[in-house]
Amino acid sequence: MSGPSDFQPTNPALKWIERRLPIMGLMHSSFVAYPTPRNLNYWWTFGAILSLMLGVQILTGVILAMHYTPHADLAFKSVELIVRDVNYGWLLRNIHASGASMFFFAVYIHMFRGLYYGSYKEPREVLWILGVIIYLLMMATGFMGYVLPWGQMSFWGATVITNLFSAVPYFGESIVTLLWGGYSVGNPTLNRFFSLHYLLPFVIAGVVVLHIWALHVAGQNNPAGVEPKTEKDTVAFTPYATMKDMFGVSCFLLFFAWFIFYMPNYLGDAENYIPANPAVTPAHIVPEWYYLPFYAILRSIPNKLAGVVAMFGAILILAFLPWLDSAKTRSSKYRPLAKQFFWMFVVVCIGLGYLGAQPPEGIYVIVGRILTFLYFAYFLILLPLLSRIEKPRPVPNSIADDVLAKTGRKAAPMVSSVIALLVAGGLLLGGAESARAAEGGTKPPAEKWSFAGPFGKFDRGALQRGLKVYKEVCASCHGLSFVAFRNLAEAGGPGYSVAQAQAFASEYKVKDGPNDQGDMFERPGRPADYFPSPFPNEQAARAANGGAYPPDLSLITKARSYGRGFPMFLIDFFTQYQEQGPDYVAALLQGYEDKAPAGVTLPEGSSYNKYFPGHAIKMPKPLNDGQVTYDDGSPATVAQYAKDVTTFLMWAAEPHMEARKALGLQVFVFLILLTVLLYFTKKKVWANAH
Amino acid sequence: MTTASSADHPTRRDFLYVATGAVAAVGAAATVWPLVSQMNPDASTIAAGAPIEVDLTPIAEGQDIKVFWRGKPIYISHRTKKQIDEARKVPVASLPDPQSDEARVKPGHDQWLVVVGICTHLGCIPIAHEGAYDGFFCPCHGSVYDTSGRIRQGPAPTNLPVPPYTFVSDTKIQIG
Repeated sequence: MSGPSDFQPTNPALKWIERRLPIMGLMHSSFVAYPTPRNLNYWWTFGAILSLMLGVQILTGVILAMHYTPHADLAFKSVELIVRDVNYGWLLRNIHASGASMFFFAVYIHMFRGLYYGSYKEPREVLWILGVIIYLLMMATGFMGYVLPWGQMSFWGATVITNLFSAVPYFGESIVTLLWGGYSVGNPTLNRFFSLHYLLPFVIAGVVVLHIWALHVAGQNNPAGVEPKTEKDTVAFTPYATMKDMFGVSCFLLFFAWFIFYMPNYLGDAENYIPANPAVTPAHIVPEWYYLPFYAILRSIPNKLAGVVAMFGAILILAFLPWLDSAKTRSSKYRPLAKQFFWMFVVVCIGLGYLGAQPPEGIYVIVGRILTFLYFAYFLILLPLLSRIEKPRPVPNSIADDVLAKTGRKAAPMVSSVIALLVAGGLLLGGAESARAAEGGTKPPAEKWSFAGPFGKFDRGALQRGLKVYKEVCASCHGLSFVAFRNLAEAGGPGYSVAQAQAFASEYKVKDGPNDQGDMFERPGRPADYFPSPFPNEQAARAANGGAYPPDLSLITKARSYGRGFPMFLIDFFTQYQEQGPDYVAALLQGYEDKAPAGVTLPEGSSYNKYFPGHAIKMPKPLNDGQVTYDDGSPATVAQYAKDVTTFLMWAAEPHMEARKALGLQVFVFLILLTVLLYFTKKKVWANAH
Repeated sequence: MTTASSADHPTRRDFLYVATGAVAAVGAAATVWPLVSQMNPDASTIAAGAPIEVDLTPIAEGQDIKVFWRGKPIYISHRTKKQIDEARKVPVASLPDPQSDEARVKPGHDQWLVVVGICTHLGCIPIAHEGAYDGFFCPCHGSVYDTSGRIRQGPAPTNLPVPPYTFVSDTKIQIG
């Protein structure tokens, strides 16, 4: 804490340094001897979790930047190649991408904890305001990071968010041009976003230092909301808080690892697996889940400028909280009314999050307006009013009294609030999931896949058959530009030997050149080549297909998704259901009907497909029974072809799936062991304190 | 507060602490592995390091060309009779890095010298047909190589390395 340190090194070398730079004394007084209230509950662990997440994001981010190319033409591909070719690139990317979600998850709990226990009140106002600044910086950083992969949602998210500034009267358009560095979102925008995305985390780290400094001056708040008075009220930071935090962090890592290894795309948007296309807007542009409540507020206001002001106001109002709530009692534990309204406020925030993911029409708009009003009413009307009319219950005399008073009944409220949060979080996630439910079309049936679930593996036979179907049928229109022939010989693939992959490659003609004469020429494929597209460029592909562009199939199973509806996504979370994409692709291949149902007219040159959104698809029925011969006796039916080729495309979308699941299992075994050990260690350490 | 452990008889509590610390240390070490491993060449880089074929027909006697393999310049010299004789006349024992000229070329293809064109001193690119020995001369720090690419003068410790290569036919070699 403040004041001169009482740290006395005995080693002469340490003494020499300490006299000139008292850094060890600072560390000792900040993280070892620092007195922490002894009644802190696990909600306080999220501070430590946030420090960890900032470190994890900076570390993985610095590494990803070593492999990433910030150019509009290369960014998408470089991200895909990180995942496919860089050693453990898939792991680093999953950690960084899911890590952003975990960071926000933790910061929201941290903020709600501060709200509930009155951590913003005197003398911690500056501490709180620094927190609001960190949160704003996090939002800017998270947004710019989301733009970098340069997928469809990245590009259009960037367009939408930068256009917010066009609401500024008179200067709006100039500001937006200034942000873009061009006539629209483009390469200069990507470059500056990359630069800032790299810079801002270090700014955050700087403000975090101030945040912790302010914390150490004012001292930590605690669930009782009374200041420590005697030595009996506090324990030393190390080992008590350290061990408790380490146990909490370990539990959090289990949760984090669930996403990294088993559902890395659950929190992302399928649309971002489609490369940015300035000519087509996604049907629904939705931000990442952690921005949804503010997005809902933005859309609730039927005026451009007012909407933008309301959205930023919803964040900035937090900075004024210390003065809006002037109640003398800090902790809502002793404020019966404030406690109830706090939980209502939590529900309002989650409700706004849910609405942010819904299409802005009908009842959603009305509810959105009501909740937006309630959000601001909580800060501007309710809290000032409550602090005047509410009669709080008596607070304990000291922290020590608080600890003694609650023996035996401490678990229940904690458990119930965790359950409430989980359900609420699930709702929020589900809201994001169902964002495109309104697109129409019949939902495809869920198929059984060998690669589903935490222990799933690709069916080698299906991969090999699927490759055959791809080569004989799909390859006449579609390329696989992120799959190299060498990938066929990799572990987790169709199980080819290096020689087989080489032979397979040599059957292809690959365009190469220019040679010494300056001419382009064709040569047999080599293992290092990527599966070529049958067309030299997009224009030729469109011309050959009646104007419809056959998409590259490398990522098709990841780029497709559909709403799963309310109860399903909760189940999906626990069963790690990640199979919307393959279900969709397999269903599409089987959804052709020769004749459109009565009353449906198809545009010229389209076919009827019951699973395609809008039902009119330009691609004619690609598969018929008996079209491809199988050597292994599998039935030569459309259903079997569809299943096999989809399995192959699922592998093409993520060649390292098996490595991911296998490493995940090892990590889980390790983390469970570590968590159990930390639990008992923590218990033993704390036994000394009671 | 009481201290449960003492130096002379370790307790179960000590065992728990040591076990927790050990598991955490193993986890920390394992975490470092992917963070370091990502620095190694990625799969596409490794695949791009595949062997290359070079057609020798356009290289006239006395001429040399430079090709690139795995990002390194490879000199292919079509040596003259005089150059080969010079290389073979030198007593091998007098060289800083003794190696006979026969050992540095493929039998039956004495006129073709294939060497990695990177000075073994500090990685500069020596210039062909320069220096006192009609071989290679590195202008950076003055290393001089002979017509067999062997070091004769200057700070370089070893001869220019011969990359792995084979004659696919009389006029074509495969490097790598």
